[in-house]
Amino acid sequence: MTGTTVKVPVRGGVGESTMRPDGIPKVTGNFAFASDLYADGMLWGATRRSPVAHGRIRRVDIGAALAMPGVVAVLTQADTAGRRTFGLEEADQPVLAAGAVRFWGEPIAVVAAHDPDTARRAAAAIGVDIEELPPLSDPEVAVEQGSVVRHIRIRRGEPDASGAVVVEGYYEVGQQDQAPLGTEAGLAIPDGEGGVDLWAVSQWLHADHEQIHLSLGVAPDQVRCHPVGVGGAFGSREDMSMHIHLCMLALRTGRPVKMVYDRAESFTGHVHRHPARMWYRHEANEDGALVKVEAKIILDGGAYASTTSAVIANAAYFAVGPYRVDNVSVDGYGARTNNPPAGAMRGFGAVQACFGHESQMDRLAARLEMDPLELRRRNALGSGDPNATTGQIIEGSLPTVRVIDELAAIPVPDPADPADVRNRPGGTGLTTDPGDIRRGIGYALSIKNLAFSEAFDDSCEASVILTPMGAEVRTAACEVGQGLAMVCQQIARTALGLNHVAVVFTDTSEIGSAGSTSASRQTQMTGGAVLKACEELRDRILTEHGGDDLTDDGVVRGGEVVATLAELCASGPIEHRVVFRHPETFSTDENGQGAPHADFAVAAHRAVVDVDPELGLVRVVRVDTAQDVGTALNPMSIRGQIEGGIMQGLGLAVMEELVLDEGRMLNANFTDYLLPTFADAPDVECRLVEEPGLWGPFGAKGVGEPPTISSTPAVVAAIRDATGLELIRAPVRPEHIVLP
Amino acid sequence: MIVELTVNGEPRVATVPGSVSLLTVLRDELALPGSKNACEQGECGSCSVLFDGELVCACLVMAADCDGSDVVTVEGIGTDEHLHPVQQAMLDAGAVQCGFCTPGFVVAAARLIETNPTPDAGDIREALAGNVCRCTGYGAILRALESLAKGAS
Amino acid sequence: MEIVRPTTLDDALAARDALPGADLLAGGTDLMVEVNFHHREPEHVIALRRVSEIAGWEGRRIGAGVTWTRMEKGPLRALAQLSRTVGSPQIRNAGTIGGNIGTASPAGDGLPYLAALDAEIEVASAGRGVRRLRWDEFLVGVKQTALRPDEIIIAAILPEVMPVAEEFAKVGVRNAMVISTVSACVMRMPDSTWRIALGSVAPTVIRARRAEELLGTTAAPRGSLLAEVADAVAAEVRPITDHRATEAYRRHASGVLVRRLVGRCAA
Repeated sequence: MTGTTVKVPVRGGVGESTMRPDGIPKVTGNFAFASDLYADGMLWGATRRSPVAHGRIRRVDIGAALAMPGVVAVLTQADTAGRRTFGLEEADQPVLAAGAVRFWGEPIAVVAAHDPDTARRAAAAIGVDIEELPPLSDPEVAVEQGSVVRHIRIRRGEPDASGAVVVEGYYEVGQQDQAPLGTEAGLAIPDGEGGVDLWAVSQWLHADHEQIHLSLGVAPDQVRCHPVGVGGAFGSREDMSMHIHLCMLALRTGRPVKMVYDRAESFTGHVHRHPARMWYRHEANEDGALVKVEAKIILDGGAYASTTSAVIANAAYFAVGPYRVDNVSVDGYGARTNNPPAGAMRGFGAVQACFGHESQMDRLAARLEMDPLELRRRNALGSGDPNATTGQIIEGSLPTVRVIDELAAIPVPDPADPADVRNRPGGTGLTTDPGDIRRGIGYALSIKNLAFSEAFDDSCEASVILTPMGAEVRTAACEVGQGLAMVCQQIARTALGLNHVAVVFTDTSEIGSAGSTSASRQTQMTGGAVLKACEELRDRILTEHGGDDLTDDGVVRGGEVVATLAELCASGPIEHRVVFRHPETFSTDENGQGAPHADFAVAAHRAVVDVDPELGLVRVVRVDTAQDVGTALNPMSIRGQIEGGIMQGLGLAVMEELVLDEGRMLNANFTDYLLPTFADAPDVECRLVEEPGLWGPFGAKGVGEPPTISSTPAVVAAIRDATGLELIRAPVRPEHIVLP
Repeated sequence: MIVELTVNGEPRVATVPGSVSLLTVLRDELALPGSKNACEQGECGSCSVLFDGELVCACLVMAADCDGSDVVTVEGIGTDEHLHPVQQAMLDAGAVQCGFCTPGFVVAAARLIETNPTPDAGDIREALAGNVCRCTGYGAILRALESLAKGAS
Repeated sequence: MEIVRPTTLDDALAARDALPGADLLAGGTDLMVEVNFHHREPEHVIALRRVSEIAGWEGRRIGAGVTWTRMEKGPLRALAQLSRTVGSPQIRNAGTIGGNIGTASPAGDGLPYLAALDAEIEVASAGRGVRRLRWDEFLVGVKQTALRPDEIIIAAILPEVMPVAEEFAKVGVRNAMVISTVSACVMRMPDSTWRIALGSVAPTVIRARRAEELLGTTAAPRGSLLAEVADAVAAEVRPITDHRATEAYRRHASGVLVRRLVGRCAA
């Protein structure tokens, strides 16, 4: 069938603030999260965990638990058919501990029973006899003893270089938890042929799949990891939690098994942000030009490796921040202790380093009596410059000066009406009278790598299928709430010229890995793969049919439709599948020199705080930001990422910390691990700085992590400005202000 | 134990095991998983429901004490076909990310708009301070409700 | 588990008499946390929210079943202030003054008010009838009260003489939904004496008697007297260090809060 057509731009393409395809079910409560799954005849799982941070397991007695009515299976390490350990970078973590326990809350045995209550009681009834050993809980001691996952050493330029002005500082960052609202949850269903299907919260289905089939001792095609509704991630789902346990229980019992962690178990069941101790020395000329930066950074990786080697690399590679310096010396240590394992969290090592380097830049500005933004502008790293640590030439855009200038251009509004107590520190607690308030303003900049680094083969597969209705994008990437489905839809619409695009998240058996939903990478990586697939499919179809355009009507040649979508698909849907890779990255040499990164983004934050110095109470009034986003594919969604990221940065600045006592968590609940509430939320104004990146789709850069990185030091800098205190630690607690 | 109650306008009969919460019964016995379980101590608001007309956390209501009660969950606020204005406003403002806190926010915000159709920013922050969101930073939720308030004034 | 759902006080007391170990359920905001966390597995529960005799608030008598939301909108200034800081709107709609008294947490937000007023707690049992205990006779330790196994808290009884000025404040690390690290209630009485009570700084809510004495009947304390009062409060409280705050901070903040509240109450 042919006919004439008029070119109409697609609706909901790139650059628009489109609606999330999962929005309606999420507001009506119909969206299925992992914790909402159900299967006929399913059993419930529970986990028995170590009550001590370090010990020798003498005996595990499952008899009493197995004898309980309703209990179907109790499994220990002896039941692990395949590899008994797992881990993203180093398979050093036991699926179930035997012989030794190395952190408080480490899984020792798992149970399947007819109902959750029986499963919980059975887990508690497992006899665990442990000889408690002294835990190694101090990461500095660990480094002294050589208990280190990775030491990264960076030496660049002249070690003897010196500047006229020297500032030194020691800084600490406490342990933050991702605290996604949805706890860990999953459902495993045996396929009856020795294999298993798993629906469990994840950021990277294929990495789960690889580790699961190895530990189950089954062929790769006998395990299928499926996408499922994830209630937030922020790094906490990059490592597995219950995944292997669920599959083991399903295979053993021959029945579906579901598990849901409660909040306390969630705190012990996933990795956290690495707490940091950092020593810095900056030397500069009188004009503010940085001459040399030296740093030593210790991150506490806890009991198992997780992603510590990559996190400490990030902390070291971004130890200086987005500044030009020719002489750099950094030693980064990822310590191994008996604290709960640390791994991925939004900002991934750059968060900790940023608190150090930005605190130093403020000290330097104060010493030089220079405006803090001016000092940063004077040293700003830009496109074409070598990264101060690795010497890697920044090839893509890096609008550091622009983010500074755009931030400075955002007006600081008058303070909110102090007559309303809700605008004061302490809020409705009525602690603070207007005369008790001191206002402070602080700034911070950050730089973060985007996508995976250090020679990792960061490949990403996606497929696009043309149907008579339009197009369907298929990927195994994990949508954890960030809006990937939306951005893939936008990219496909624009690239294909079609309005009707559906995005289908599929399982590991159907398509290759999309890589992790982390490192701010999915818009660039899965988005890049979708763009490539769509462009190639469109070219293929147009070439085949001699067309010059593709529209909802079909292939168009000279304004005439020469083949409708239905005609194109006469012998079935047309699939085009691609693997996308970003530019190659490389390992660094023994001095940490080389080109380990694929792309970079910078951000600048300005925090305005009201502090009641006498009580140490802080109200963050506003946090404004300018962020390098490459090209804004969906401005409203980017704003959501920025505001949410700032809130997590604010949390780390003033309230969020897991408190440990010899490896035991003291506050693994929402009464005592405090998340910022609506009443703590600052106003945010954001400016999106658009200088297209090198290789992201349409020039897009990842936007998820930068807001979390420099917001923390900006808030702390503002508190310093209000109080005149040094404040070397985040989070700043009231006692740090009152009794420094 | 058998408990008879009204949920979203429908009479329902639930089998209540022991001292479990209303949240557990809604999710596991009455097939209404829209109310979410995220903390079980009233510190997040993800399980917010209207209980005899008042906004409460379903995790802190003992189900065995619910005989004769009237409960409205997120499933009773609006449907996919007929969204409540609060739901539409949240979609329009980009106030949904992972969505786990969203049902609780919808119930709490619908109750707020019902009792105070023109809340200012301070009223919105205070009324929704019992609902924790980890994704959005609250900005888009605030804009959603401010736009509703503006429409109502 | 068995639950009794009485609608009259007599039925409630009869149930309590028959089931002396039963857990009392009012708003559920404390009990259900323990149940959800498996710290408590009730065998018998007496649900009190339908008992009309404890639901009312008349003058000096605040029924045990009165919710924070009601007190937040009520006429008593400091009681309204503190009620607004309790948990979240969801918690305030469910939680009751009776529950706060019965739980007897050192951080119970309503308790400094009752302590400052020298309020009495009215309890009743089927066998012994009604008795009243002063707040410090009732609150005897961390989550310990003088309530007998057959008794139910009926009401908080406020004194006939009420203050001419009363102010409450509470320190927490965030601006909503937070357990206090220090709370304080200060009152100036018609006879010009002062009342000072603090929460979260001792095993029970306490009165700062030494500071009250220092203030004497000074209507508008200033300067060095205020500083002395703050120091006296800081010395008088008996706080601990935990993951919420340090002892030193709690002492300091106690003094600051009281000094500010005295200033707000001054004539």
